[in-house]
Formats: sequence, structure tokens, C-alpha cells
Amino acid sequence: MPAVLEIEGLRKTYKSRRRGTRNALDGFDMRVDAGQVHGFLGPNGSGKTTTLRTLLGLIRPDGGRMTLLGHEVPDALPTVAGQVGAIVESPQFFPHFTARDTLSLLAGAGEVPATRVDEVLELVGLRDRSGERVKTYSLGMKQRLAVASALLKNPKLLILDEPANGLDPGGIREMRTLMRTLAESGMTVVLSSHILGEIQLICDSVTIISLGRRVAFGPVDEVLAQHSSGAVRIRLEAVSDLPVATEALTQAGIRVTGHPDHLMLAGVDKPASVTRLLAEKNLYVSELAPIAVDLESVFLELTATAPVPGQHRQVDESTKVGGTGQPGPAGGGWGA
Amino acid sequence: MSLFRTELRRLSKRRFTRYMTLLGLLVLAAVVVGVFFTNQKIDAGQLAQAERQADQQYQEQVRWSEQERAACQQAKTAGTATDGRYPDDCSVISPPPREEIKAEWFLPSTFDFKETFDETLIPFAAILALVGFVIGASFVGAEWSTGGMMNLLLWRPKRLTVLLTKLAALLTGILAVTLPAAVLWFAGFWAVANFRGSTEKMTSGVWQSFMLTGVRGVALVLVLTTIGFALASLGRHTAMALGGVVAVMVVGQFGLGILLSMAGVRFAEAWLLPTYALAWMTKTVKLEDWNACNATYFGECKPATMEITWQQSSVLLSVGVVVILGAALWVMRRRDIS
Ligand SMILES: Nc1ncnc2c1ncn2[C@@H]1O[C@H](COP(=O)(O)OP(=O)(O)OP(=O)(O)O)[C@@H](O)[C@H]1O
Ligand SMILES: [Mg+2]
Repeated sequence: MPAVLEIEGLRKTYKSRRRGTRNALDGFDMRVDAGQVHGFLGPNGSGKTTTLRTLLGLIRPDGGRMTLLGHEVPDALPTVAGQVGAIVESPQFFPHFTARDTLSLLAGAGEVPATRVDEVLELVGLRDRSGERVKTYSLGMKQRLAVASALLKNPKLLILDEPANGLDPGGIREMRTLMRTLAESGMTVVLSSHILGEIQLICDSVTIISLGRRVAFGPVDEVLAQHSSGAVRIRLEAVSDLPVATEALTQAGIRVTGHPDHLMLAGVDKPASVTRLLAEKNLYVSELAPIAVDLESVFLELTATAPVPGQHRQVDESTKVGGTGQPGPAGGGWGA
Repeated sequence: MSLFRTELRRLSKRRFTRYMTLLGLLVLAAVVVGVFFTNQKIDAGQLAQAERQADQQYQEQVRWSEQERAACQQAKTAGTATDGRYPDDCSVISPPPREEIKAEWFLPSTFDFKETFDETLIPFAAILALVGFVIGASFVGAEWSTGGMMNLLLWRPKRLTVLLTKLAALLTGILAVTLPAAVLWFAGFWAVANFRGSTEKMTSGVWQSFMLTGVRGVALVLVLTTIGFALASLGRHTAMALGGVVAVMVVGQFGLGILLSMAGVRFAEAWLLPTYALAWMTKTVKLEDWNACNATYFGECKPATMEITWQQSSVLLSVGVVVILGAALWVMRRRDIS
């Protein structure tokens, strides 16, 4: 499958006279194949928005290569801009114009037929409120307008930075269906979001970024499989057999955590080996359930951002690839 | 082209644009109406009466100076001390010549198109330049501060084209208001002169000169509009342009003026921007330095003068536009937009 979006070694350094430099992007790679819904995940301040802004020519990178739809950007942006619809971090609109005016001015600037305005208004559910000034809109309504503006071009590639921000549950579900429909019609969607349940449901593949570098990527199930720790829960017919089973399993090199009525095993490659091992000792398994890991726990593990009781994790305290595992406050921070 | 049309549409949709334009036009109309009501047509009777009044005043002056001269001579012969009330030579006390006392002084004001229309073009240009400046600043400033510019750049990634197209649309819009307003201004004052003064002695040369002044006025409006636009784009905020100008005018110009006059710098006005705007409109501004004396053959003391011409102003205006707009374009090309 051809790549619709490709990034290699992207670097962006913010310089501040007082606070030194900050590497917002530090050799970041990303690849999105055509027709996919791609999730772009990362903790706060990890560089997602910076990546998307750079890609869209709003900020200039300090190094690296980027292509959109097979064209080198930013040089070829004028050619590809018409095929890339984007919203970058809850875009603002001129507050005194109505939604319809806002969209029709964008359509005019981009040479999109005016009829498309009504189509997208309908699509995002703003049809009946499109004559009202944007100033009077709620957060979710503004967000819907933003999505409408990105869809206006009928793009080949749709880039959405936190589109679900402020949407109601119905809106989120609608957005999910919309993404799927768009992807089925051949559109490629790049979606950055913190709602990982959502991402897991709609995305084909993901890229996870931490402190400006990629920590994981690939199809969602592969990422999950690679990082599922092989956790299995077992119950035995007789609760009294649990200690014996614990001993047998530990001897076989499996990490076991005891619970009153079941055992949690970690590091199990094949659940069948557990059954066999216990059967040999005449212990019969009444339940054996591989624990499905979800994207959220994989994300927390990969980025090392799981909350620790009694500690307040600061932004920028997350995994640094190719650096120290758990960076101190200075890692990647100001003054680096 | 589609971008240009869209930007024109955006400009005219803005409520600020509409209100400011309306306000500017209302002020202009008020000026015309005001001039209309404060001027009168002069008939022959009024003219004759004014002549008589001037005569009368001349006679008074003659009488008064004769009295004074007599008193002076009396004091001299009596030898009383006069505390410098009278000059040494009593013969210098003489009435002013008759022609110094003008009949116009005794006439109500009247609007002579040939004499005064020129001057009305100065407030015309000033008001519209102010309107243009504010609209220009707000047009791009609000775009920056509300994120509209970023949205637009996602559609049109060529930044310089976007900014210059916006400027072109803005200037077109301002011109579309200024030109008809200028025509109405001519017509309005022609009517004022017709009903409340005179439209006599209008030669084609005078018309041409008025036209040229009008063109210079329109140019001034466009220049200030461009500067407002460029400043707001540089500062990414309407308030930046307005604040910048207030700062320059109040601190820079007012303060500079005070400082220069305290330091006794000759021709302090030559350092102030409004002088150049005035020179641009009136072709020359003559600055006088009363602390210097250029003696004439008649023993009179003429102040030293300095002329500021519209050519000098044009250099200043072009350099200003080039520098400020150039900076705005340069920054637009380079900056990170977030
Ligand atoms: N204009 C700027 N000047 C200096 N630093 C900046 C600027 N913009 C972003 N940064 C820094 O770059 C890093 C990446 O920011 P970015 O906005 O890309 O994060 P993000 O992944 O989008 O986070 P979030 O999930 O909170 O939206 C942050 O550390 C941020 O402080
Ligand atoms: Mg962000």
C-alpha cells in the first residue's frame, strides 16, 4: 500500500533566549498508508500538534523529510493543499461570522463549489444552526464546524487534531461512524486523540509519540500483541488446590500472583502449556482467560505515564527513546 | 482571483468595516453641511457696506494717530517724563495705509470655490486616511488574533500571496469608497460655493490643480491604509497597530516636539510627521524660525525659513511604506504560525 504520509527524522527546536532550547520533535518518524484510519497518540506536550503543524507548513522544521500524498512538503504544499483537509488543535474562527459565512469564505478561497458548504453542514449536524454567529456556539458546535471546514475540500487525506474534544457522547459515536465511512470511501484519516477507547475502536494502525520520538507504531492489534504481557487468569475446581498450583507454575518460570479464588499469571506464551502443566499434577482448570490488554494500558506502559499513587507526574516526564529510560525533569526539557 | 474575490467579500462582510466607513462618511457629510451653514452669499449691497465700514475704521485710525502724535509733541515740549510711552521721534506715529484695512474683514464668511476648495481636501484625506488605517489594521489584525489566518493558510499555503492578496482586496475596497466620496466631496463643495459663495474664476488650470490635490489625497489614504495593514500584520493584532501609532504619535511626536523646542532646535516641525502629510497635500510647507534674522533692505527682520516640499514628503511616505510593508512580508514568510 502506498504511503499517504511519511515523516523521517523530523526535528523541531524551539529556541527561547531566556530558557535555552527545547526539542519538541527529536528525530520523529511516522508512516500512514492509504485508506487507513491512523491514530496518533502521545502524552501532553509530546509533539503531536507540532508534528501536524510542521506537516501543514505552519511551522518550519529544523530537519527531516516529510511527504504528503507522495509529494515532498513543505515545497509541494501548494499542490497538495487542496487534497489535505486539516484541523489543528481546536481551530478558532472569526467570532462574528456565521458558520455558513465562515465555510463559504473558505470554499471561495479554495475554489470549492458553494454547494459543498451545505453538504458538510448537514454532515456535521449544524444545518439548522448554520445561520448563527460562531461566537454563540458551544465548544462542541465549534468543533463540529472545524470538522466541517476540514471536510469541505473533500480531501484525500484528513488530519484531525483532537476532533472529539468537547463532543457529546452521541457526537463522538457519530464521529466514529463518520471516520469509518470516510475511510471506506477511500479517504485516509489521521486522528490524534487522548480517548484511547475511541482510537482502539476506529483505528487500523497507530503511532505513539513520547518526547518528540516514536515509541511504537503499527496495526493496532500488533501493537497490543507486542505489548500484552501474556497475562492469564486461571481458576481451579477446588480453591484449596491454588497453593500447589502456584508452586508448580513458579517452578516452570511463570510469574504468579495469588488471589483468594484465582491466580493471575504473567509471561505466558501459550495458555495451553499452563493447562498441560497443571493436568500433569492432577489439577484441573475450570477457567483460563487470557487477559486482553487495552490500548490505554499499553499506552501508559509505553510512555511510562501511568499514575503512581502519591506522586504528581509532571508533563515531559515520559519515555525517552534512545535516551535514559525515565527522564528526569531536565530530559528533553528547557536547557537541554 | 478567487482568493481576491473572497477577501473582498470578507472585507465587506465585516461589521467593523461597515461601521467605520459609515462613520467616516458621516463626518465628511457633517463637514460639508457645516460649511454650508456657516457661509453666505455676498451681494453688492453687503459689499458696499463693508467698504464703508473699512473706510470708517481707517478714519478712526487716522484720528487716533493724530491725537497720539499731538500728545507726543506736547509731552516733548513740556519735557515731562513719558516712561517710554512715546517714541523719540513723534513723526513715526502714523496711521496704517488705507489698503491694509480690508473690506473682507467686515463681510460674513463666504465660500469661494477657487480660493478655499483646496484646503477642504486636507480634512477629507485626513478623515479617510484614519478610516483606512483602522479598517486596514482590523482587517488583518482580527484575522491573526482569531486564528482565521491559520485556517486560510491551510487552504492557501503560499503566505506572501495570501498577505498581498488581502492587501490588494483591502486597497480595492478602500478605493471603492474613497473615489465616490471624492466625487461627492467635489460636488458637495461646488454646491456650497454655488449657494453660499462663488464659483467664479475657475480656469482649467485651477481644476487641474484641484484634481492633482485630490489624487494626492487618495494616495495618502492608500498609504495609511497599507501602513495600518502592515503594522497589524506584524503585530498579529489590531491593537498592536493602533497602540503602535498612538505610541508613535503621543510619545514619539508630541514628546519629540517638546524636547526639540526645549533644546531650541531650529525648525522643530521638520522632525514631525504631520508636517510632511501637510506638505504632501499643500505641495509646500514653509517653516519659520523667529530666532533668526534675515535683514531686508528696508531694515525689517524676516525669519529664517525652510521649505518642505511634497517631493520630500513623497520620499518619506514611500520609504515608510516600503520599510513597514517589507518587514511585514519578511516576517510573514519566516514566522511560525500557531
Ligand atoms: N511556540 C512554542 N514555543 C515554545 N515551545 C513550544 C511551542 N509550541 C509548542 N512548544 C513545546 O513543544 C512541545 C510539544 O508541543 P505540542 O503542542 O506538539 O504537544 P501535543 O503533543 O500536541 O500535546 P497535547 O496533547 O497537550 O495537545 C511542548 O513541550 C511544548 O511546550
Ligand atoms: Mg496538541
